[in-house]
Amino acid sequence: MGGRLLASSQPEPPLSDIARSPAHGEDSPYFAGWRAYDEDPYDPVTNPSGVIQMGLAENQVSFDLLEAYLREYLEASDCGVGFRENALFQDYHGLNSFRTAMASFMETIRGGKARFDPNRIVLTAGATAANELLSFILANPGDALLVPTPYYPGFDRDLRWRTGVNIVPVHCRSDTGFQVTARALQAAYDEAVVAGARVRGVVLTNPSNPLGTTVERAVLEGIVDFVARNDIHLISDEIYSGSVFATPDLVSVAEVVEERVLHGDNRGVAARVHVVYSLSKDLGLPGFRVGVVYSYNDAVVAAARRMSSFTLVSSQTQQTLVAMLSDAAFNAAYVRANRARLRERHEHVVAGLAHVGVSCLRSNAGLFVWVDMRLLLDEATVSGELKLWRRVITEAKLNVSPGSSCHCSEPGWFRMCFANMSVETLDVALQRLSCFMERWNKYTRK
Amino acid sequence: MGGKLLLLDASPEAPPPLSQVATSGAHGEDSPYFAGWKAYDQDPYHVIFNPSGVIQMGLAENQVSFDLLEGYLREHPEAAGWGGAGAGAGSGVASFRDNALFQDYHGLKAFRKAMASFMEKIRGGKARFDPDRIVLTAGATAANELLTFILANPGDALLIPTPYYPGFDRDLRWRTGVNIVPVHCDSANGFQVTVAALQAAYEEADAAGMRVRGVLLTNPSNPLGTTVKRSVLEDVLDFVARKNIHLISDEIYSGSVFTAPDLVSVAELVESRARRGDSGIAERVHIVYSLSKDMGLPGFRVGVVYSYSDAVVTTARRMSSFTLVSSQTQKTLAAMLSDAAFADAYIRTNRERLRERHDHIVAGLARAGVPCLRGNAGLFVWMDMRRRLDEATVAGELRLWDRMLHEVKLNISPGSSCHCSEPGWFRVCFANMSLATLDVALARMSRFLHKWNKYNNTARTALEK
Repeated sequence: MGGRLLASSQPEPPLSDIARSPAHGEDSPYFAGWRAYDEDPYDPVTNPSGVIQMGLAENQVSFDLLEAYLREYLEASDCGVGFRENALFQDYHGLNSFRTAMASFMETIRGGKARFDPNRIVLTAGATAANELLSFILANPGDALLVPTPYYPGFDRDLRWRTGVNIVPVHCRSDTGFQVTARALQAAYDEAVVAGARVRGVVLTNPSNPLGTTVERAVLEGIVDFVARNDIHLISDEIYSGSVFATPDLVSVAEVVEERVLHGDNRGVAARVHVVYSLSKDLGLPGFRVGVVYSYNDAVVAAARRMSSFTLVSSQTQQTLVAMLSDAAFNAAYVRANRARLRERHEHVVAGLAHVGVSCLRSNAGLFVWVDMRLLLDEATVSGELKLWRRVITEAKLNVSPGSSCHCSEPGWFRMCFANMSVETLDVALQRLSCFMERWNKYTRK
Repeated sequence: MGGKLLLLDASPEAPPPLSQVATSGAHGEDSPYFAGWKAYDQDPYHVIFNPSGVIQMGLAENQVSFDLLEGYLREHPEAAGWGGAGAGAGSGVASFRDNALFQDYHGLKAFRKAMASFMEKIRGGKARFDPDRIVLTAGATAANELLTFILANPGDALLIPTPYYPGFDRDLRWRTGVNIVPVHCDSANGFQVTVAALQAAYEEADAAGMRVRGVLLTNPSNPLGTTVKRSVLEDVLDFVARKNIHLISDEIYSGSVFTAPDLVSVAELVESRARRGDSGIAERVHIVYSLSKDMGLPGFRVGVVYSYSDAVVTTARRMSSFTLVSSQTQKTLAAMLSDAAFADAYIRTNRERLRERHDHIVAGLARAGVPCLRGNAGLFVWMDMRRRLDEATVAGELRLWDRMLHEVKLNISPGSSCHCSEPGWFRVCFANMSLATLDVALARMSRFLHKWNKYNNTARTALEK
């Protein structure tokens, strides 16, 4: 019986506006590509001509390091001891030892250039939840958050869907390496005001998804000044902070806050700054749902903590990871090795793409490259880009993410992930792209 | 440096404002329910180190069956880990990599199947659950909020029979902007919901300009510890059909029914109505479940939204992105709950132990002269202290509660924090402590009431003279 609904003559009671809104975002091309992959997934043995998934920003290059540590830890730990206390632990403060471990890991990532107070760490089930939480806390329905483009497609859902908050894009262009400019920030602010939306904050992703670049120090300082001047907040999503594999080093907003506090912070910058983190990318553990809201604002920490009741991290998972992340030697070794492996992958992809005549934005972080396919567009428009994207999916059988799904204002850019597959598969993808480019070159030369 | 804000002479600008949601009091932490917890936190009972401390009887946890879980994990260590050499594809043991990467909001299929099966066993096979209608959330707290977001707009109303779980004020209202309109129940009929009360609440919402979107029932009830009668459940279903609204049935305590009458789950009624030709009712019905109470695993954050409406399942699934269950935890529990022999034994044993505890506390309170509502489920009793109020008001109840907390050193939950319209009732938890501690609590109650009786008899005698 369970669940088989017979045809009914009674109208179904209506659902809410939120339930019926398309702001869950699943109708965007970002997800259409995933569907193409789901229907025809590549497998080297059973489906060698299937679609290769290059649209999923996962980090699979360092599992062996985690696995070895965790297996040893779990075998050593008696499954009975401490089980009861752990199973009962639902305190929204989170396990003290786990918060301390997270703070320590975040410090290691930043090379000790900033300190993190474990009491300012609020745990959430992933960065998805952390970003939504901050949106609920900092903005009212109808208010606006300014988000530099191109940005992670998930923000459309995470920041807007249930909160009713608007995103106003801060347009960035390739002529400035897609770095945020003061003029672009101001233009976005003015656009929001004209639309009658009260601006509540700026949401920066540093390192950037999809660009794979760190934010320049001068730009970061400019943004911090901007939020202070306009009496708004700054959310810095630093989910990729552990994946900076080449210079320039990451300049985290945490560093900037500390410097300003040291020099007097008479503009009250600290209370405006909130950092988001997660273990989903740097540690490759998206399934474990470990996210962080870190705020220098006591009221935000208190509100976030209470709100985290809706999205707590499993106490089992906190306990499992605490030993590993408290181990300073492990942290340092992991961060170092992970960076080295990502750098290798990155260089391999960039070289492979260059070999077939495709250039990327010069990048130093993340799990993807920002590929420049502008020359391949039949017309420099979104529809031209989507036409090209469909060809890449159906002919080259590669799922890459079109820049328009990231709200990029310049058509022709694509995000291509490189860390969610084996090197062999990556080479197959590069080979396919080579064939695709060859055909395109031949065709356009005619 | 990290985070320590220096006090500055040059007065810093005021911090930028937060949202209305952030500054509203709807997080609920200023209620007496939480004040009692604070008193406990400051002076917690410990048999050796603090024998005169506050005994926590306000926390509905189930601690009576941990040994069963611990035993399973000791015998099946691979459930909590990812296997030794040879683990991985083909070895039957989920590989670490696959598990760590799994963030699909559909949830682990094996875990959904295990949950569906567990929910069926709890209902003695009287209803079936389709694993594809199970949406996983990080706890029932999230499940209830999710359904509220899905079924109601800000300003709309949900009707909730009183007394109800204090957490609903936050879970259903805080971020959603949805209102709760209480459906008043009283002891005259054992606090069962009546159609008249439902109708009165509906009209009250209407008069206040609120659009009613649904009824939320907790079955078995928290704080009453009773199952909802079949006829009442049928009436509630008829009511929601008549008004074209939804029904959320929070069945988080369904595995804790330890005495007749058996649980009648709304799932049973949906199925029996479908068999009779009424299938329209199904799409209005949504069930919430969790492992926090029946299995005593609140830390693991395992909640369920189960809906007979495809649109609700799809939307809930998407929305669960904000509150997914750790894949590690899904894997561990999938193994445990798929073990039919274990699940059967657990359910049976857990019930027996809860029945023992329940009977023990009811008897102890009776000896002290305190009656309770006749309960057959849950982790608490609904204690009747109406005769001990100085006046039959909320203020009188809170005065008595304050004495219980500071003189008797028992943190129990006052009925007013559960929105009970009759002052004098208290929820007393019995499964979150050892039997020895429970006996200490009962002894304290007994002494307190002995003194109270003496005082009141003396006073009465004095009056009569």
